[in-house]
Amino acid sequence: MTSIEAVGPTAGGDPGAPEAPVGDRAAPDPSGWTCPAPLRGHERIVMGHGGGGALSAELVEQVFAPAFGGPALSSLADSAAVEVGGARLAFSTDSFVVRPLFFPGGSIGDLAVNGTVNDLAMSGARPAYLSCGFILEEGVELGTVTRIAEALGAAARTAGVEVATGDTKVVEAGRGDGVYLNTAGIGLIPDGVDIRPQRAAPGDVVIVSGPVGAHGVAVLSRRAGLEFEVGIESDCAALNSLVAAMLAVTDELHVLRDPTRGGVAAALNEIAAAASVGVALRERAVPVPEQVAAACAMLGLDPLYVANEGKLLAFVPRAEADAVLAAMRAHPLGAQAAVIGECVEDHPGMVVARTGLGGTRVVDPPLGEQLPRIC
Amino acid sequence: MKYIEEFQDPELAGKLLEDIHATVTRPWALMEVCGGQTHSIIRHGIDQLLPEEVELIHGPGCPVCVTPLELIDKALEIASRPGVIFCSFGDMLRVPGTGRDLFQVRAEGGDVRVVYSPLDALALARENPDREVVFFGIGFETTAPPNAMAVHLAAREGLRNFSLLVSHVRVPPAIEAIMNAPHCRVRAFLAAGHVCSVMGTEEYPELAERHRVPIVVTGFEPLDILEGVRRAVRQLEAGRATVENAYQRAVVPQGNPAARAMLDEVFTTTDRGWRGIGVIPDSGWRLAPRFEEFDAEHRFSVEGITTQEPAACRSGEVLQGLLKPHECEAFGTDCTPRTPLGATMVSSEGACAAYYLYRRLGGTTTAPLEASTVD
Repeated sequence: MTSIEAVGPTAGGDPGAPEAPVGDRAAPDPSGWTCPAPLRGHERIVMGHGGGGALSAELVEQVFAPAFGGPALSSLADSAAVEVGGARLAFSTDSFVVRPLFFPGGSIGDLAVNGTVNDLAMSGARPAYLSCGFILEEGVELGTVTRIAEALGAAARTAGVEVATGDTKVVEAGRGDGVYLNTAGIGLIPDGVDIRPQRAAPGDVVIVSGPVGAHGVAVLSRRAGLEFEVGIESDCAALNSLVAAMLAVTDELHVLRDPTRGGVAAALNEIAAAASVGVALRERAVPVPEQVAAACAMLGLDPLYVANEGKLLAFVPRAEADAVLAAMRAHPLGAQAAVIGECVEDHPGMVVARTGLGGTRVVDPPLGEQLPRIC
Repeated sequence: MKYIEEFQDPELAGKLLEDIHATVTRPWALMEVCGGQTHSIIRHGIDQLLPEEVELIHGPGCPVCVTPLELIDKALEIASRPGVIFCSFGDMLRVPGTGRDLFQVRAEGGDVRVVYSPLDALALARENPDREVVFFGIGFETTAPPNAMAVHLAAREGLRNFSLLVSHVRVPPAIEAIMNAPHCRVRAFLAAGHVCSVMGTEEYPELAERHRVPIVVTGFEPLDILEGVRRAVRQLEAGRATVENAYQRAVVPQGNPAARAMLDEVFTTTDRGWRGIGVIPDSGWRLAPRFEEFDAEHRFSVEGITTQEPAACRSGEVLQGLLKPHECEAFGTDCTPRTPLGATMVSSEGACAAYYLYRRLGGTTTAPLEASTVD
């Protein structure tokens, strides 16, 4: 007859380890454990530190913010608001290490412009100037660099910004990944506009500017080892003109956020945490393209966590919601804008989704990289 | 999206739920065997919609959770060696071994790669004849056939630099072990649909009869799971204990003959340790003697590994349904998805991680979700 022999932690284990007496169960003493709890401390950088989730946040909060310590950094938003000679400027930087360099619907050049432009636009600023740094790996074909530069220039013209300064470095073969880009940008914040995550307030309506998940799935579909035909392109786009259209109908936008790494889930969690409010999401209201849903079902991913590069989330007072939604839908980048939920007093700091069946689930912040599941 | 959306239809789900509510007269504990089912139950909030008499116990069917610590430590050891390309499905990278995980091995210089199929690892072996390519072959009857195929092909091609680190496990011996465990509370099983699509259902009638336990072969979408629960409850209330197939669109009684033939050729059954549970006789597969040279444990000597589970982790009891995750003292304090003590807190399919997400709500979720009127 088959039986279960207990070999787990509750009985047995390494005979050399100090055994916790049964009576001590109520107060486990971590210092008594012989092995350090996994993932509790990292001696080195792991990929999750760049994933935009909890590990990234820890790195910023525990290492960067204390080291830099300036007041402008304290909001930890995608862009900083600074005053220069009486003018309010938004200032932001972003680095781009995407693989592959070219993907359906865009390239690292498009991303480098749109990423920084969007970071600025999410504070309501009108992006004006960009800087651009190229880190090139020895041996990269000049044609590749040319294509990227051309894409970058075209994207800047489309977005109505000027690349005003730049830099180039070359690293030895094997010490880079072809092409890395960094852009920084500045833009002017119009008077009367105050858009930041801390302003999310109970009663705000949450709007997404269109179907989510296209960028992440498009890039994944071209990644080595996972090529699949998905027939979907990245949504990579500069959102500053859409934001301008929204600001044309009201100054009272509370929060704007582009749900890039970590997707809608990460962005909503950041806002909920920053403003100490809850976000109640209606899952069926979130527009997801059929191809994205299919690819996610196949890979075991959740579309709410998949990256976007041309979408925004807006927190808008209920009284302004209809006007803002109409303005968005009249703009090509917001034609499929939809209300997906609202800001609530309950469960502060948390995002809770009402599922299609009527159940609920917590939409947790992503820990690090979203990993395809085994089954 | 055909065959997915139809099986998430809220109206049909409501009818199945009505039927379950109308049928049930007393408490029943059902175990869903597969981690994919657990994931779906939590993802869609199905457990909250069932009558309170129906309790779902999350079974040991998450391959990430039950892979023995010793094998994970072997994986970490092999992956750390120079000249090795260690390939794995993505979600194994975060599973804690003794003191570290595969992400950390990668950060320390190990060549650890996420692949999506063992055949991708085989391709890497062809492209890198001077490197040892190891694939981490874990999982149930579902992931075993492609791994068997990879070894079969490697043998045929004479690819001597490919090997498999094997920890395959089988569902029927696990059901046997759970039913034989003292204090077993499980009264019916939702068998894993994908496993049965490979293996068929022939192994189950004897189990159902001998243990007087209904076994319903169940799929993964919400309607599949509700239908599985409905049929199990109907059997229980009627005092029946038979095998039913509620996943007929994927499962036929004889399973997939080609896949089974490949398994018979490459693997042989063996006793296997389940993390947190212990050794279950005859519950796994290893490579058959004539394929021994492709066994990574044979190729790399990885002796002398001493494993150490954190003393506070009680995942073994959780995996057997003897303890609810939140009844563990470390739950939500020392043990969270960010700082997991055991594998059940790591995988999104793990019972503890699933509970963590739901329990944090404290039951204050549903009301505000109804309120939104702007759409």
